[in-house]
Amino acid sequence: MSTAIEIPYNSTERPDTGLYNAKLGIWLFLASEVMLFGALFSTYVLLRTGAETWEHGAEFLNVPLATINTLVLIISSVTMVMSWASLKMKNLARYKFFMGLTILCGVGFLVIKSFEYAHKFETGLWPSTSTFMAIYFTMTGLHGLHVIGGMIVNSYLWGPGSKMWKTDPERFTNRIEVAGLYWHFVDLVWIFLFPVLYLLPGK
Amino acid sequence: MTEAHHEEHHDKLPFWRHYIFSTDHKIIGMQYGLTALVFLFFGFCLMLLMRWQLAYPGKPLPIAFLTNWLGESRMPGGVMAPEFYNQLGAMHGTIMVFLGVVPLAVGAFGNYLVPLQVGAQDMAFPKLNMSSYWVYFIGGVVMLGSFFVPGGSAQSGWTSYPPLSVITPQSHSLFTGQSLWLIGMVFLITSSLLGSVNTITTIIQLRAKGLTWMRLPFFVWAQLVTGFLLLLAFPALEAAGVMQLMDRMANTSFFLPSGLVVGGKALNVSGGGSALLWQHLFWFLAHPEVYVLILPAMGIVAEVIANNTRKPLWGYKSLVYSVIFLGFMSFVVWAHHMFLTGMGTAINAFFQTTTMIISIPSIVILTALILSLWGGSIRFNVPMLFALAFLPMFGIGGLTGLPLGLASADIHLHDTYYVIGHFHYVVAPGTLFALFAGIYYWFPKVSGKQMNDFLGKLHFWGSLVFMNGIFMPMFIVGMAGVSRRPKRPLPEQGHVAFGVGPGGHSALLHRELLLEPFRRTEGCQRQSMGGHDPRMGHPDSAATWEFPECSGSVPWPLRVQRTR
Repeated sequence: MSTAIEIPYNSTERPDTGLYNAKLGIWLFLASEVMLFGALFSTYVLLRTGAETWEHGAEFLNVPLATINTLVLIISSVTMVMSWASLKMKNLARYKFFMGLTILCGVGFLVIKSFEYAHKFETGLWPSTSTFMAIYFTMTGLHGLHVIGGMIVNSYLWGPGSKMWKTDPERFTNRIEVAGLYWHFVDLVWIFLFPVLYLLPGK
Repeated sequence: MTEAHHEEHHDKLPFWRHYIFSTDHKIIGMQYGLTALVFLFFGFCLMLLMRWQLAYPGKPLPIAFLTNWLGESRMPGGVMAPEFYNQLGAMHGTIMVFLGVVPLAVGAFGNYLVPLQVGAQDMAFPKLNMSSYWVYFIGGVVMLGSFFVPGGSAQSGWTSYPPLSVITPQSHSLFTGQSLWLIGMVFLITSSLLGSVNTITTIIQLRAKGLTWMRLPFFVWAQLVTGFLLLLAFPALEAAGVMQLMDRMANTSFFLPSGLVVGGKALNVSGGGSALLWQHLFWFLAHPEVYVLILPAMGIVAEVIANNTRKPLWGYKSLVYSVIFLGFMSFVVWAHHMFLTGMGTAINAFFQTTTMIISIPSIVILTALILSLWGGSIRFNVPMLFALAFLPMFGIGGLTGLPLGLASADIHLHDTYYVIGHFHYVVAPGTLFALFAGIYYWFPKVSGKQMNDFLGKLHFWGSLVFMNGIFMPMFIVGMAGVSRRPKRPLPEQGHVAFGVGPGGHSALLHRELLLEPFRRTEGCQRQSMGGHDPRMGHPDSAATWEFPECSGSVPWPLRVQRTR
């Protein structure tokens, strides 16, 4: 008698919800992430409204670099979708190409970010300098950690994880979809971070 | 999919895969349960030490080996140092809530029963389930370890309010009690988040064919709403925890206002922060958290009552709609913990209103459970005794919450022993009674053995009498004005005889709860009873699916295979 159990709807969609398990799982996780970054944005609002003066980010944050970073992330989201679409079209090589591009974009983002941070420290701007810098470093730092986490997953799926394409292509494709949803979320957080921190005027 | 060379033809997993790193929801459930019970006992011991100080302030503890072990810094000359009392207070709350009750109610009962009650073979993500348990375990180790670092554990209340929590002790080191508390919380929050993703996905996706939403056992509904509360409320504390850690270690001023002077010296920080910011973020979690504490308990009580009245629950639909409404409302009441912070009458009025509204679904649920007794053929076994006692005890807890939810009355009662009495009534003779009921109810099913009936009744009656003995007087001393946190009542609050009465009750409760492990041993020593014992939770009367499954003899191990 077999003692292995089977979990349904792991790769096929459940008819009444239209979802496979991991898709619901990642959406739920993203809901919690919305609350996490939402708490930080709320912190920004509370600290800013309670302060008499508030820094104008563009005066000492590097807006051009951050704009490039924004484009880099948007492009990486596009390449991420393309990598999933390639798998849907049964093209592993194309998938590897686009996933590789996604990872490179992530690397680029982090490199630019580290230049930014280094420059801040050199000019004596630390989290302890002011509440603006504190919230800036915390929000971008936490976002950066999420980028790193996503890149680790993407790298695994590009490399050793891609073995699954041979044994269970549907399940592998679903993994890319789920990773893609996470990656889009990380991109979306940055789309909010950029205007709030870099572009909003001070008071 | 085959094991390594040491596999027998029965697919036997090695011991550590079977029992330690299992992905089987039943084993994980039991791991959560045992670990949580150990932490509950530890938190109980912390409370006993506190009560000694309250009963005999300034007197040395007459237990030599304990005072020697605790050492001169904590108990100089055997007398409790004030910092140590504060550590006990902060960690008692933290451990009971985050390491005890929630893992037992959600991790143990949820994991074990939800898949069975929805007709699934396991949770939706078994490996994630296993990871959730071990992350909880690590968080617990970190929390316990925080007692042993210089300066001791966190000591600013389980609520960790800044500025006190940021400056106590003033150290940038990670290895201080408060910083370790924050790290421990990150682990616990992660565990809960992953667990709630698992629970919600399991309930939505893995329901058996034909098990529609309004056919789900109420216990499952309770766990579903609890999952959403954990999922959406915990991240706020996680963000706050990161920020407090930065305040402590990176010199930021998220929670430190400008011009703060400590010990006569101005703090060397940028200032500009807000202590209220922490309170908002903390209570945004901590209020839904208390519903996390009570909802699974209500679910368990519902199951036990339905079984032991031999009839269906009254008002199933109202139970379901109430628990959903309660879940939503729990997110918009948090600042009733902050009525005295000067937010203004408009905000106070808003939160007072929502707080009054949220009492309605609670009352509906309690009423439905009480009415479920009507017309039933009641069997007064041990689980039913606990479930029945839950009803008035939770009633007292809930009713005493009403003055706290009214801003004007809260002016007098905030931060007094009245609050402690209120929330302990809901959690101790409330939730804990329900959890005890659940343990007695499902133990035969889980283990295939019976628990000792006499000891169970002793446990029940002792707990009922002693818990009321401990917590009822707190309402009285609280209304008289005794503050909740200091290690003895302030001089202007008068002398309160904390002495033998409540203290004695605690000691008796302690000795009595110690019977718990012996009870289990007793149960395990008996022969397996395949038949029906009319005193126990009865498979025949159960309308839920965990019972028809093989009891205590599920084919093990369960390895996971995925279907399409």
